[in-house]
Amino acid sequence: MTVMEQRGAYRPTPPPAWQPRTDPAPLLPDALPHRVLGTRAADRVDPDLLRRLYAELVKGRRYNAQATALTKQGRLAVYPSSTGQEACEVAAALVLEERDWLFPSYRDTLAAVARGLDPVQALTLLRGDRHTGYDPHEHRVAPLCTPLATQLPHAVGLAHAARLKGDDVVALALVGDGGTSEGDFHEALNFAAVWQAPVVFLVQNNGFAISVPLAKQTAAPSLAHKAVGYGMPGRLVDGNDAAAVHEVLGEAIAHARAGLGPTLVEAVTYRMEAHTNADDDKRYREDAEVEAWRAHDPIALMEHELTERGLLDEDGMRAVREDAEAMAADLRERMNQDPALDPMDLFAHVYARPTPQLREQEAQLRAELDAEARHHDDEDAHADAHSHEPEGNTR
Amino acid sequence: MTTVAVKPATMAQALGRALRDAMTDDPTVHVMGEDVGALGGVFRVTDGLAKEFGEDRVTDTPLAEAGILGTAVGMAMYGLRPVVEMQFDAFAYPAFEQLISHVAKMRNRTRGAMPLPLTVRVPYGGGIGGVEHHSDSSEAYYMATPGLHVVTPATVADAYGLLREAIASDDPVVFLEPKRLYWSKDAWNPDEPRAVEPIGRAVVRRPGRSATLITYGPSVPVCLEAADAARAEGWDLEVVDLRSLVPFDDETVAASVRRTGRAVVVHESGGYGGPGGEIAARVTERCFHHLEAPVLRVAGFDIPYPPPMLERHHLPGVDRILDAVARLQWEAQS
Ligand SMILES: Cc1ncc(C[n+]2csc(CCOP(=O)(O)OP(=O)(O)O)c2C)c(N)n1
Repeated sequence: MTVMEQRGAYRPTPPPAWQPRTDPAPLLPDALPHRVLGTRAADRVDPDLLRRLYAELVKGRRYNAQATALTKQGRLAVYPSSTGQEACEVAAALVLEERDWLFPSYRDTLAAVARGLDPVQALTLLRGDRHTGYDPHEHRVAPLCTPLATQLPHAVGLAHAARLKGDDVVALALVGDGGTSEGDFHEALNFAAVWQAPVVFLVQNNGFAISVPLAKQTAAPSLAHKAVGYGMPGRLVDGNDAAAVHEVLGEAIAHARAGLGPTLVEAVTYRMEAHTNADDDKRYREDAEVEAWRAHDPIALMEHELTERGLLDEDGMRAVREDAEAMAADLRERMNQDPALDPMDLFAHVYARPTPQLREQEAQLRAELDAEARHHDDEDAHADAHSHEPEGNTR
Repeated sequence: MTTVAVKPATMAQALGRALRDAMTDDPTVHVMGEDVGALGGVFRVTDGLAKEFGEDRVTDTPLAEAGILGTAVGMAMYGLRPVVEMQFDAFAYPAFEQLISHVAKMRNRTRGAMPLPLTVRVPYGGGIGGVEHHSDSSEAYYMATPGLHVVTPATVADAYGLLREAIASDDPVVFLEPKRLYWSKDAWNPDEPRAVEPIGRAVVRRPGRSATLITYGPSVPVCLEAADAARAEGWDLEVVDLRSLVPFDDETVAASVRRTGRAVVVHESGGYGGPGGEIAARVTERCFHHLEAPVLRVAGFDIPYPPPMLERHHLPGVDRILDAVARLQWEAQS
């Protein structure tokens, strides 16, 4: 049979011994996003897990609200809220074992905090005092990353290295729907599949990349479909259903840990607030669309499930809310203190072995700071001596 | 007793030996890139390594430079010391994002918690008759990125010594290999490999009194040739091989220029925005009162690297260097 006679999809005529490596069918995602809450599947889920997810969801939302408020007070330069997406964030954090690694994107502060990071340290990038306010090794959370998708190959490399060392470690990498168009997304998935690296990719498809809707981002039937071309399974999950995200990620992680390679998970969710506090979402979406998603709120879904099954009552809810308030109050208070900064830190961590050029510049800044300090001392002494004189006469 | 003459090694072989010795000494050293395995790299630098150390440590990656460097970043995060090969200078550009946004910055942004001890080997420069994208001199881009060390050997001994040091360094190093010199040989004894001067030190390759030629990598042998030819004109040229562009050895360079009072910077990459401008400025800042003439630059033209049949007109050669040296003598003649 010639190529022209072949029916269906074009495939070059294979040499005699050629065998297709895999049947793509098992790799394909289901047509509809996987759901657990409100279905029979929920009965199988450990009630404690549901309650933990619920508490983290409520805390997460409160965190988002508090951080957004801090931008209005000028305490944060910018904050990309994950309100509406908390189910993905907390499931990603809770599904990992302690030894596993999380590779967040810039919107994933919440996942990092739910994994145990100090809420203030998790915000330094956005506050502007430090690029990374925490030691990545402490909770195994890679630095929050602003260039889109570039953290994905890191996750693959780390997972690969762990496996080479014989460690039982999985990396979970988070990326947005817009980020899936970047070359690094492709390269990371391809490397992961070729190396069978123990890594799981979670795409939070929240509908938009700033203002650009998914339809302008990809022509694929779903983002999970992209997995098939790399030779890894693609899974589609309801991103507002924390139990479903936890379950699907849990299976993917078990798969990876068993040495069976990577999985691409697409969580279908919605960004309820603007891209960041600096964005005007009225320009690119209708209120009605946002309202429609409100009916599918991740916290409401979980609350409904828990109360229906008698796992949560008014007191329980109040306790969770009070916990969240306490966290927010603590965050507010600590963020309202000015961070102590040492300008000499600018030179502290550029190289293990600083160049002579940097040493010179360091000395220059040191001299400038000393001069500044002397000037202030003089000024203070002067002000003391002439405290009766009106302000402004003192230079 | 018979003495067996040592068979001299090429620069490519010395680089391979450095990789092998580094891998033997340190099990966390991994080599990865396109065709580095069975083929031994298109320049055969990694010849035999895959056989010796296995595919887990000498890995033929998919063909994706950002992916190669990006996964190497993750491996370094987990305590390995990856040595990445970029096949050719201009094919390293897809990996720039990873290099600049992550490799160069990770130590700084994590305040020292997450250093990335990795080496990026980049064959660079022209003179081998390569077609487009096979002859770029990209050192200025790397030099302009804080957080990276940038080194380039000109001798076989330095190829070995500098690469060993680069791999052992806790800072990321862009290791530029002058591909025109891959087949060069000198007195380096492959049976007694040893490290030489450390990264960050320049070396006077030929002492002289009339003027200093400041150069590095593929232009070092050209400058030595120019210095030989200059003798006919009565000029005694000093040749300084920088070896390391970052960090820069101001001391050795300035000491030389103070002795000679005249300097020409020689490199293949374009002059505008090129390394020579930075070097000339540094020399002027330090040696102004010792200078008998302005610091001149002999560089490639400010053009995309030309097609191979024209490259000899582009590359700085002996005549152009001697012309510049002649221009330095204006004060003496007037
Ligand atoms: C490489 C790169 N290009 C552009 C940007 C600017 N930018 C920041 S967020 C964003 C949209 C990202 O959308 P998506 O990946 O869907 O993530 P989401 O914001 O929805 O979480 C863009 C374009 C960036 N951060 N990195």
